[in-house]
Amino acid sequence: MYDSVILRSVARLMLPILLMLAVFMLLRGHNLPGGGFIGGLVASCAVILQMVAFGPTFARRALPANYLAIAAFGVLFAGVWGLPSLIGGQPFLTSLWLPQPIPGVGKIGTPVLFDVGVFLTVVGVTTQIALLLAEEPLLFPTERGPADGEGAPRA
Amino acid sequence: MNNHLFLPLIVPLMGAALAVLLGRRRTLARAVVLAVVLFSTGYGGWLLWLVSVAGRQATQASNWPAPFGISLVADLLGATMLFVSSLLMLGAVAYSLATIEADYEQHFYYPLLLLLLLGVSGAFLTGDLFNLYVWFEVLLMSSFGLLTLGGTRGQLVGGLKYVVLNLVGSTVFLIGGGMIYGLAGTLNMAHLGERLATLREPGLATAIAGLFLFAFGSKAAIAPLFFWLPESYHTPPPAVTAIFSGLMTKVGVYALYRVFGLVLANELARMAPLILALAGATMVLGVLGALAQTEMRRVLSFTIIAEVGYCVMGLGLASAAGLAAGLLFTAHVMIVKAGLLFLAGAIERSAGTGDLRKLGGMARREPVLATFWFLGMLSLAGVPPMSGFFGKLALLQAGVAQGQYVITGVAATVSLLIFLALLKIWNEVFWKKSYEDQSKLPRVSVAALAPGALLVVLSLVIGVAAGPISELSALAGAQALDLTGYAQATCGAGGCEAAMSELMK
Repeated sequence: MYDSVILRSVARLMLPILLMLAVFMLLRGHNLPGGGFIGGLVASCAVILQMVAFGPTFARRALPANYLAIAAFGVLFAGVWGLPSLIGGQPFLTSLWLPQPIPGVGKIGTPVLFDVGVFLTVVGVTTQIALLLAEEPLLFPTERGPADGEGAPRA
Repeated sequence: MNNHLFLPLIVPLMGAALAVLLGRRRTLARAVVLAVVLFSTGYGGWLLWLVSVAGRQATQASNWPAPFGISLVADLLGATMLFVSSLLMLGAVAYSLATIEADYEQHFYYPLLLLLLLGVSGAFLTGDLFNLYVWFEVLLMSSFGLLTLGGTRGQLVGGLKYVVLNLVGSTVFLIGGGMIYGLAGTLNMAHLGERLATLREPGLATAIAGLFLFAFGSKAAIAPLFFWLPESYHTPPPAVTAIFSGLMTKVGVYALYRVFGLVLANELARMAPLILALAGATMVLGVLGALAQTEMRRVLSFTIIAEVGYCVMGLGLASAAGLAAGLLFTAHVMIVKAGLLFLAGAIERSAGTGDLRKLGGMARREPVLATFWFLGMLSLAGVPPMSGFFGKLALLQAGVAQGQYVITGVAATVSLLIFLALLKIWNEVFWKKSYEDQSKLPRVSVAALAPGALLVVLSLVIGVAAGPISELSALAGAQALDLTGYAQATCGAGGCEAAMSELMK
């Protein structure tokens, strides 16, 4: 971890902006560049930026969530929105849309909800991986005091 | 429409997500997992019955029409593999419920098993080459997790080799997929087959076929590419070894059958001698390795390689009879080998070691287990009333009928050597007297014995019902090479090219 005033200030500022950008990306994604995957990556960037600037302990506190459960729920949620078409006699994941777009949000249908599931999965998985790597004591010995293993890099 | 084809994909995926979410509520999570594998097995059996009476079943994901979207197609080859692998997964889950430690369960052991089932089912059902790659990745990801779960030194060393070689194989698969898309402009396997059959310059297709042979061959563990298997397979818990032996290499074999039988049929005829030579080398090297080992699961891992040689020999014969015999042998060996590994795992668990030199006296101590082991051993060696006899007989018959005497001779000889390797286990583990006092060892529980025993019984049943089953496999072999029928099932009566020009208007 380095300690940089600039990084800390920017990271603090960027957390809400990145999260809003992520939701924006998610909602425009069906017909324009964006979507659940990219939105999810942007949202996890928000958390990972906190982690880089302040360390994983702070990042866990800034957005306290069980990321693994979010990922699993995302998979379940995405899958569930393929089911209505299956029940209606169409192949799995066939798109069903509301007839009128909702003002400010755009067209809403099962692909958007599926994308929400993808979003949650990507946020959960990438954030969890990044945090677990950063919390690994052998890699970053300063975070939790001196490591007892041999050959650990000294920061 | 045949929308039920999505169920074997949706159910394991949802089940895995639910099992992660349930987490600490172990009873509930286990119930979900068991329900999923029971459903998959039942569905697999039903689908096999449906395909055998009503022909191929196909559907299009998201309702995108055929050569453009992702098609799911179930023919006899795919449905048989799907049924056998869900059956093995049922056995693995039942065995794990009896034996696996709580620590594994907390680290998502069961969700990983379900994701493995998802990847395997998807690979057997998809009619799209790139989608096949995706399913390979799904099943490899979960297998990486299962292999290294526990994190012992041996597991990580073996796991590293496994991961590296499989990633190289996947990369080559992806390169081959990209090249074939550039060449033919489609990824739907039926459409690819149609376009490659009428190619003007077949040189590039040969190069692509070589890439696919490398990619799937490394996953199936054929001759020069098998070294990852014996390094890694004996390290995880026995349930994982058993399910890997049943599924992982056989998915590679299935992909070879599917891609060479359907997409690259011209190349199959051209490369058949090479494939046969590789099959022979795989058999010989695998069985020699097995003879040299002194640990139960290591011996069995090397015999897996030898048996992959037989499966690939079915492909190398490049005929419907060869593929049919290969499929019959593959289904048999999946069942029996998993059964033997479950039994070996039960012994290892009870005695605390898999070392042949330290074990002994098991025939007296565990007579029931010894009986089932003996039957399974006979089946694997190919002794008449068991399924192994008919699998090998069909392969040897096909070999002789096509005048491939060398590979047939090698196959017959290696078969005896496999028996020798298994007899070594029998002598050391069951027959010889134990040097140590065994009265304090725990007995093998019924729950740990049952999955292996039932699979051996199933092998006996296949042997008894060999007539109808070999008829079914003959039909499957013919279907696997029948591109026109496959394209009609996937894209409609006119085939894929006609369907595409219709849609372009």
